[in-house]
Amino acid sequence: MNSKKLYALKSLKETFEQLPQIRKLGIQIVEYERGHCLFKIDYALEFIGNRETGLIHGGIITTLLDSVGGAAAFSIVQEGSSVATLDLRLDYLTQAESGEPIMGFAESYHQTRNVVFVRGYAYHHSAEKPIVNFVASFMIGSVGFSPNV
Amino acid sequence: MSENIGDLFQEVMAIKQAGEFELISALIPYAGLVGLELIKENAGLITILRNKPSNIGNTTIPAVHGGVVGALLEHAGIMHIICECDTTRFPKIINISIDYLRPCLGTMDTYARGYVIKQGKRVTNVRIEAWQSDPSRPVAAAHAHFLMG
Repeated sequence: MNSKKLYALKSLKETFEQLPQIRKLGIQIVEYERGHCLFKIDYALEFIGNRETGLIHGGIITTLLDSVGGAAAFSIVQEGSSVATLDLRLDYLTQAESGEPIMGFAESYHQTRNVVFVRGYAYHHSAEKPIVNFVASFMIGSVGFSPNV
Repeated sequence: MSENIGDLFQEVMAIKQAGEFELISALIPYAGLVGLELIKENAGLITILRNKPSNIGNTTIPAVHGGVVGALLEHAGIMHIICECDTTRFPKIINISIDYLRPCLGTMDTYARGYVIKQGKRVTNVRIEAWQSDPSRPVAAAHAHFLMG
Protein backbone atom coordinates (compact mmCIF):
# COMPACT_ATOMS: atom_id res chain seq x y z
CA MET A 1 0.00 0.00 0.00
CA ASN A 2 3.01 2.31 0.42
CA SER A 3 3.51 2.53 -3.31
CA LYS A 4 -0.13 2.98 -4.28
CA LYS A 5 -0.71 5.36 -7.12
CA LEU A 6 -3.24 8.08 -6.46
CA TYR A 7 -5.43 9.92 -8.94
CA ALA A 8 -3.95 13.08 -10.42
CA LEU A 9 -5.70 15.99 -8.67
CA LYS A 10 -6.12 17.87 -11.94
CA SER A 11 -8.02 14.93 -13.49
CA LEU A 12 -10.28 14.59 -10.45
CA LYS A 13 -11.01 18.33 -10.49
CA GLU A 14 -11.92 18.20 -14.18
CA THR A 15 -14.13 15.13 -13.66
CA PHE A 16 -16.02 16.79 -10.80
CA GLU A 17 -16.48 20.00 -12.78
CA GLN A 18 -18.18 18.03 -15.56
CA LEU A 19 -20.78 16.25 -13.38
CA PRO A 20 -24.28 17.30 -14.47
CA GLN A 21 -25.59 18.36 -11.02
CA ILE A 22 -22.35 20.25 -10.22
CA ARG A 23 -22.76 22.14 -13.48
CA LYS A 24 -26.47 22.72 -12.96
CA LEU A 25 -25.89 24.37 -9.57
CA GLY A 26 -22.75 26.18 -10.71
CA ILE A 27 -20.62 24.70 -7.92
CA GLN A 28 -17.03 25.97 -8.24
CA ILE A 29 -13.90 24.15 -7.12
CA VAL A 30 -11.81 26.66 -5.20
CA GLU A 31 -9.18 24.23 -3.87
CA TYR A 32 -8.57 20.58 -4.79
CA GLU A 33 -5.75 19.28 -2.62
CA ARG A 34 -4.61 15.85 -1.42
CA GLY A 35 -6.93 15.05 1.50
CA HIS A 36 -8.95 18.26 1.56
CA CYS A 37 -11.08 20.36 -0.79
CA LEU A 38 -12.96 23.65 -0.81
CA PHE A 39 -16.00 24.18 -3.05
CA LYS A 40 -18.17 27.29 -3.48
CA ILE A 41 -21.76 27.90 -4.54
CA ASP A 42 -23.23 31.30 -5.33
CA TYR A 43 -26.71 32.29 -4.22
CA ALA A 44 -29.38 31.88 -6.92
CA LEU A 45 -33.13 32.52 -6.86
CA GLU A 46 -33.86 29.00 -8.12
CA PHE A 47 -32.21 27.55 -4.96
CA ILE A 48 -34.83 29.14 -2.72
CA GLY A 49 -36.78 26.87 -0.37
CA ASN A 50 -38.77 29.64 1.34
CA ARG A 51 -39.55 32.51 -1.00
CA GLU A 52 -40.79 34.71 1.85
CA THR A 53 -37.41 34.73 3.59
CA GLY A 54 -35.31 34.02 0.48
CA LEU A 55 -33.56 31.20 2.33
CA ILE A 56 -32.17 28.41 0.16
CA HIS A 57 -33.42 24.82 0.37
CA GLY A 58 -31.33 22.53 2.59
CA GLY A 59 -30.78 20.30 -0.43
CA ILE A 60 -28.35 22.85 -1.84
CA ILE A 61 -26.09 22.54 1.21
CA THR A 62 -26.42 18.74 1.21
CA THR A 63 -25.35 18.67 -2.45
CA LEU A 64 -22.45 21.07 -1.86
CA LEU A 65 -21.13 19.03 1.09
CA ASP A 66 -21.68 15.58 -0.46
CA SER A 67 -19.78 16.85 -3.52
CA VAL A 68 -16.83 18.28 -1.61
CA GLY A 69 -16.75 15.25 0.71
CA GLY A 70 -16.63 12.87 -2.24
CA ALA A 71 -13.89 14.96 -3.80
CA ALA A 72 -11.79 14.79 -0.62
CA ALA A 73 -12.33 11.00 -0.47
CA PHE A 74 -11.31 10.51 -4.12
CA SER A 75 -8.11 12.46 -3.53
CA ILE A 76 -6.62 9.78 -1.26
CA VAL A 77 -7.80 6.47 -2.77
CA GLN A 78 -5.85 4.32 -5.18
CA GLU A 79 -6.18 5.24 -8.84
CA GLY A 80 -8.88 3.10 -10.46
CA SER A 81 -10.95 2.87 -7.26
CA SER A 82 -14.52 4.07 -7.11
CA VAL A 83 -15.99 6.02 -4.20
CA ALA A 84 -19.66 6.08 -3.12
CA THR A 85 -21.31 7.87 -0.21
CA LEU A 86 -22.24 5.38 2.51
CA ASP A 87 -23.79 7.92 4.88
CA LEU A 88 -23.62 11.56 5.81
CA ARG A 89 -24.90 13.75 8.61
CA LEU A 90 -25.50 17.48 8.66
CA ASP A 91 -25.96 19.58 11.80
CA TYR A 92 -27.48 23.00 11.19
CA LEU A 93 -25.60 25.23 13.62
CA THR A 94 -27.17 28.46 12.43
CA GLN A 95 -29.35 29.66 9.58
CA ALA A 96 -27.77 30.46 6.21
CA GLU A 97 -28.10 34.09 5.11
CA SER A 98 -30.14 34.90 2.05
CA GLY A 99 -28.17 36.25 -0.90
CA GLU A 100 -24.72 35.09 0.25
CA PRO A 101 -22.41 32.52 -1.39
CA ILE A 102 -21.68 29.34 0.59
CA MET A 103 -18.30 27.64 0.92
CA GLY A 104 -18.08 23.90 1.57
CA PHE A 105 -14.91 22.41 3.08
CA ALA A 106 -14.12 18.72 3.60
CA GLU A 107 -11.11 16.71 4.73
CA SER A 108 -10.47 12.98 4.66
CA TYR A 109 -9.19 12.25 8.15
CA HIS A 110 -8.98 8.45 8.09
CA GLN A 111 -8.92 5.64 5.58
CA THR A 112 -9.27 1.87 5.92
CA ARG A 113 -9.21 -0.82 3.22
CA ASN A 114 -12.90 -0.19 2.47
CA VAL A 115 -13.89 3.19 3.88
CA VAL A 116 -12.80 6.82 3.79
CA PHE A 117 -13.94 8.94 6.76
CA VAL A 118 -14.58 12.60 6.00
CA ARG A 119 -15.54 15.66 8.01
CA GLY A 120 -16.21 19.23 7.03
CA TYR A 121 -18.45 22.26 7.27
CA ALA A 122 -20.18 24.98 5.30
CA TYR A 123 -19.79 28.72 5.91
CA HIS A 124 -20.39 32.10 4.27
CA HIS A 125 -17.33 34.27 4.81
CA SER A 126 -15.38 32.83 7.72
CA ALA A 127 -14.54 29.20 8.46
CA GLU A 128 -14.65 30.31 12.12
CA LYS A 129 -18.41 30.79 11.76
CA PRO A 130 -19.75 27.55 10.23
CA ILE A 131 -23.41 27.30 9.21
CA VAL A 132 -23.44 23.49 8.97
CA ASN A 133 -21.18 20.80 10.40
CA PHE A 134 -20.73 17.67 8.32
CA VAL A 135 -19.47 14.11 8.78
CA ALA A 136 -19.61 11.36 6.17
CA SER A 137 -18.17 8.01 5.19
CA PHE A 138 -17.49 6.79 1.68
CA MET A 139 -17.13 3.19 0.49
CA ILE A 140 -14.10 2.48 -1.65
CA GLY A 141 -14.42 0.32 -4.74
CA SER A 142 -18.14 -0.42 -4.54
CA VAL A 143 -20.52 0.66 -7.27
CA GLY A 144 -19.60 4.33 -7.06
CA PHE A 145 -18.25 6.22 -9.99
CA SER A 146 -14.74 5.85 -11.20
CA PRO A 147 -13.48 8.95 -12.99
CA ASN A 148 -12.46 8.31 -16.56
CA VAL A 149 -8.86 9.30 -16.05
CA MET B 1 -38.45 38.10 -1.41
CA SER B 2 -39.45 41.50 -2.71
CA GLU B 3 -42.71 40.37 -4.37
CA ASN B 4 -45.79 40.80 -2.26
CA ILE B 5 -47.05 37.27 -1.80
CA GLY B 6 -48.62 37.53 1.63
CA ASP B 7 -48.06 34.94 4.29
CA LEU B 8 -46.51 31.86 2.68
CA PHE B 9 -47.31 29.69 5.69
CA GLN B 10 -51.00 30.67 5.56
CA GLU B 11 -51.01 29.92 1.84
CA VAL B 12 -49.63 26.42 2.51
CA MET B 13 -52.14 25.87 5.33
CA ALA B 14 -54.99 26.79 2.95
CA ILE B 15 -53.67 24.24 0.45
CA LYS B 16 -53.49 21.65 3.25
CA GLN B 17 -57.09 22.45 4.25
CA ALA B 18 -58.19 21.91 0.67
CA GLY B 19 -56.18 18.66 0.46
CA GLU B 20 -54.42 19.84 -2.70
CA PHE B 21 -50.85 19.07 -1.67
CA GLU B 22 -49.56 18.87 -5.21
CA LEU B 23 -49.95 22.67 -5.40
CA ILE B 24 -47.25 23.28 -2.75
CA SER B 25 -44.33 22.45 -5.06
CA ALA B 26 -45.14 25.42 -7.31
CA LEU B 27 -44.45 27.72 -4.32
CA ILE B 28 -40.90 26.38 -3.89
CA PRO B 29 -38.33 27.38 -6.55
CA TYR B 30 -35.89 24.58 -5.57
CA ALA B 31 -38.65 21.98 -6.11
CA GLY B 32 -38.84 23.09 -9.73
CA LEU B 33 -35.06 23.07 -10.12
CA VAL B 34 -34.59 19.37 -9.27
CA GLY B 35 -38.13 18.13 -9.99
CA LEU B 36 -39.73 17.54 -6.58
CA GLU B 37 -43.48 16.86 -6.63
CA LEU B 38 -46.09 15.72 -4.12
CA ILE B 39 -48.99 13.30 -4.35
CA LYS B 40 -51.46 12.52 -1.58
CA GLU B 41 -52.51 8.90 -1.43
CA ASN B 42 -54.80 7.19 1.05
CA ALA B 43 -51.76 5.76 2.79
CA GLY B 44 -50.18 9.21 3.11
CA LEU B 45 -48.10 11.80 1.33
CA ILE B 46 -45.53 10.68 -1.26
CA THR B 47 -42.75 13.00 -2.44
CA ILE B 48 -41.45 12.31 -5.94
CA LEU B 49 -38.08 13.23 -7.39
CA ARG B 50 -38.47 13.30 -11.16
CA ASN B 51 -35.84 11.71 -13.35
CA LYS B 52 -33.86 14.66 -14.75
CA PRO B 53 -30.50 14.39 -16.55
CA SER B 54 -29.24 17.45 -14.63
CA ASN B 55 -29.69 15.58 -11.31
CA ILE B 56 -26.96 13.07 -12.21
CA GLY B 57 -23.94 13.06 -9.90
CA ASN B 58 -22.36 9.87 -11.20
CA THR B 59 -22.13 9.47 -14.93
CA THR B 60 -20.73 5.91 -14.83
CA ILE B 61 -23.84 4.17 -13.47
CA PRO B 62 -25.53 6.75 -14.05
CA ALA B 63 -26.89 7.66 -10.61
CA VAL B 64 -28.64 10.63 -9.02
CA HIS B 65 -26.28 12.92 -7.04
CA GLY B 66 -26.24 11.91 -3.36
CA GLY B 67 -27.00 15.51 -2.41
CA VAL B 68 -30.17 15.50 -4.51
CA VAL B 69 -31.24 12.20 -2.91
CA GLY B 70 -30.61 13.93 0.44
CA ALA B 71 -32.71 16.87 -0.72
CA LEU B 72 -35.57 14.51 -1.58
CA LEU B 73 -35.42 12.93 1.89
CA GLU B 74 -35.28 16.29 3.71
CA HIS B 75 -38.10 17.70 1.56
CA ALA B 76 -40.25 14.61 2.12
CA GLY B 77 -39.66 14.90 5.89
CA ILE B 78 -40.75 18.56 6.02
CA MET B 79 -43.77 17.97 3.78
CA HIS B 80 -44.81 14.94 5.82
CA ILE B 81 -44.74 17.02 9.03
CA ILE B 82 -46.75 19.81 7.38
CA CYS B 83 -49.25 17.22 6.15
CA GLU B 84 -49.60 15.18 9.34
CA CYS B 85 -48.92 17.54 12.25
CA ASP B 86 -50.58 20.64 13.68
CA THR B 87 -47.98 23.29 13.06
CA THR B 88 -47.93 27.04 13.58
CA ARG B 89 -44.92 27.67 11.35
CA PHE B 90 -42.64 25.82 8.95
CA PRO B 91 -40.57 23.10 10.64
CA LYS B 92 -36.92 24.15 10.87
CA ILE B 93 -34.23 21.52 10.34
CA ILE B 94 -31.87 20.79 13.26
CA ASN B 95 -30.04 17.85 11.75
CA ILE B 96 -30.36 15.03 9.25
CA SER B 97 -28.54 11.72 8.93
CA ILE B 98 -28.71 10.00 5.55
CA ASP B 99 -27.85 6.37 4.71
CA TYR B 100 -27.23 5.45 1.08
CA LEU B 101 -28.41 1.87 0.67
CA ARG B 102 -28.44 1.16 -3.06
CA PRO B 103 -27.56 3.05 -6.23
CA CYS B 104 -30.28 5.61 -7.00
CA LEU B 105 -30.53 5.19 -10.75
CA GLY B 106 -30.62 8.35 -12.80
CA THR B 107 -32.91 6.80 -15.37
CA MET B 108 -36.09 6.62 -13.27
CA ASP B 109 -38.18 8.59 -10.77
CA THR B 110 -37.54 8.22 -7.03
CA TYR B 111 -40.25 8.21 -4.34
CA ALA B 112 -40.07 9.04 -0.63
CA ARG B 113 -42.35 8.64 2.36
CA GLY B 114 -41.99 10.07 5.85
CA TYR B 115 -42.93 8.62 9.23
CA VAL B 116 -43.24 10.72 12.35
CA ILE B 117 -41.41 8.75 15.03
CA LYS B 118 -42.04 11.26 17.80
CA GLN B 119 -43.77 14.61 17.87
CA GLY B 120 -42.80 16.69 20.84
CA LYS B 121 -43.74 20.26 21.73
CA ARG B 122 -40.47 21.61 20.38
CA VAL B 123 -38.90 18.88 18.29
CA THR B 124 -40.25 16.30 15.85
CA ASN B 125 -38.26 13.21 14.88
CA VAL B 126 -38.96 11.88 11.39
CA ARG B 127 -37.82 8.78 9.49
CA ILE B 128 -37.85 8.97 5.71
CA GLU B 129 -37.37 6.22 3.14
CA ALA B 130 -36.79 6.54 -0.59
CA TRP B 131 -37.19 3.90 -3.27
CA GLN B 132 -37.42 3.52 -7.02
CA SER B 133 -39.10 0.40 -8.48
CA ASP B 134 -39.81 -1.47 -5.22
CA PRO B 135 -40.73 0.17 -1.86
CA SER B 136 -39.31 -2.88 -0.03
CA ARG B 137 -35.88 -2.17 -1.58
CA PRO B 138 -35.10 1.37 -0.43
CA VAL B 139 -32.28 3.27 -2.17
CA ALA B 140 -31.79 5.64 0.77
CA ALA B 141 -33.16 6.35 4.24
CA ALA B 142 -32.78 9.21 6.70
CA HIS B 143 -33.73 10.35 10.15
CA ALA B 144 -34.02 14.02 10.97
CA HIS B 145 -34.98 16.41 13.77
CA PHE B 146 -37.06 19.50 13.11
CA LEU B 147 -37.76 22.41 15.43
CA MET B 148 -41.49 23.03 15.65
CA GLY B 149 -42.11 25.95 17.98
